[in-house]
Amino acid sequence: MQTATTIRITLNGAPRELRAGTSVSALVDVLGLPPDSVAVEVGDRLVRRSDRTERVLVDGDRVEVVTLVGGG
Amino acid sequence: MSQDQRAATPAWLADEPLVIGEHAFTSRLFVGTGKYKDVAETRAALEISGTQCVTVAVRRVDLAAKGPSLLDAIDRTKVVILPNTAGCYDAASAIRTAELARDLLGTRLVKLEVLGDTKTLLPDPVGTLEATKELVAQGFHVLVYTSDDPRLGVRLEELGAVAVMPAGSPIGSGQGVLNPFAIRILLELVKVPVIVDAGVGTASDVAIAMELGAAGVLLNTGIASAREPLRMPAAMRDACSAGRQAFLAGRIPRKLYANASSPLEGLIHAAGRPGAT
Repeated sequence: MQTATTIRITLNGAPRELRAGTSVSALVDVLGLPPDSVAVEVGDRLVRRSDRTERVLVDGDRVEVVTLVGGG
Repeated sequence: MSQDQRAATPAWLADEPLVIGEHAFTSRLFVGTGKYKDVAETRAALEISGTQCVTVAVRRVDLAAKGPSLLDAIDRTKVVILPNTAGCYDAASAIRTAELARDLLGTRLVKLEVLGDTKTLLPDPVGTLEATKELVAQGFHVLVYTSDDPRLGVRLEELGAVAVMPAGSPIGSGQGVLNPFAIRILLELVKVPVIVDAGVGTASDVAIAMELGAAGVLLNTGIASAREPLRMPAAMRDACSAGRQAFLAGRIPRKLYANASSPLEGLIHAAGRPGAT
């Protein structure tokens, strides 16, 4: 249940609840991902690695967290 | 190739490195990292192939995944990582994917793929041109996957592509180089490196592409889906080198009639069959 202290985002296509005030870099930590193994988009726009700390997520954000996989 | 190996190369086999953007490669084989059984097999195949440039894809992170990641398979001190935009069907998503890859890897390189449909995986020429233009403007070094259309290759070069990568045949089809004549014309018209990408099924396909004068060959399925994925990389490596040396050596022209290798003089009998001209 959403309260003033939580927000709902869409993470890689699935709904997810986070504490209000969570930054992109905090999200990467919460997910347990090495920060240099991922790249992040919010609302179809890249959030550069250097901007992750200051980019705070808000209710309704669509977030994509990507990594490298095998490919040709 | 190590310093020692280079020193050991005799003068008659000497070759220039292949220069793409800021990188110089002594191996002309580019290898994809898809479809392997696991990270260990990926790592072994890449190492045996001798490749110095490998492609990777960008995908949503699997939050449930455990174990080694793809980056564990790649020694970035020896191998350059070339991220692709595979799976993109329009310029906008290819550009987004390239931006994500650049942020993740800190590389300017991108192998641009803008595909037309999921069945043929043929490149969409209009979307490919659009995305090339935008990515070059953003400072990317763009290696462009394209069809074997020579004039399209010229347009991509004019837009600033650092390499043009014509498909020998559809991705993963194993049909080899279907139109060597188009590749030859493309090679004549395009001055940036031309790397034959896609469709390689076996070693001879690599050799054929290199004999035509391609600067390199990129393949993935031909190794990863071979019955023995750790036997094929050496075959591909050797075919790449053999084809390159044959190209540099210069093949003989094809002729309709025979041309004897043994002298026609000094025979103990009269030359030729009676009545032959």
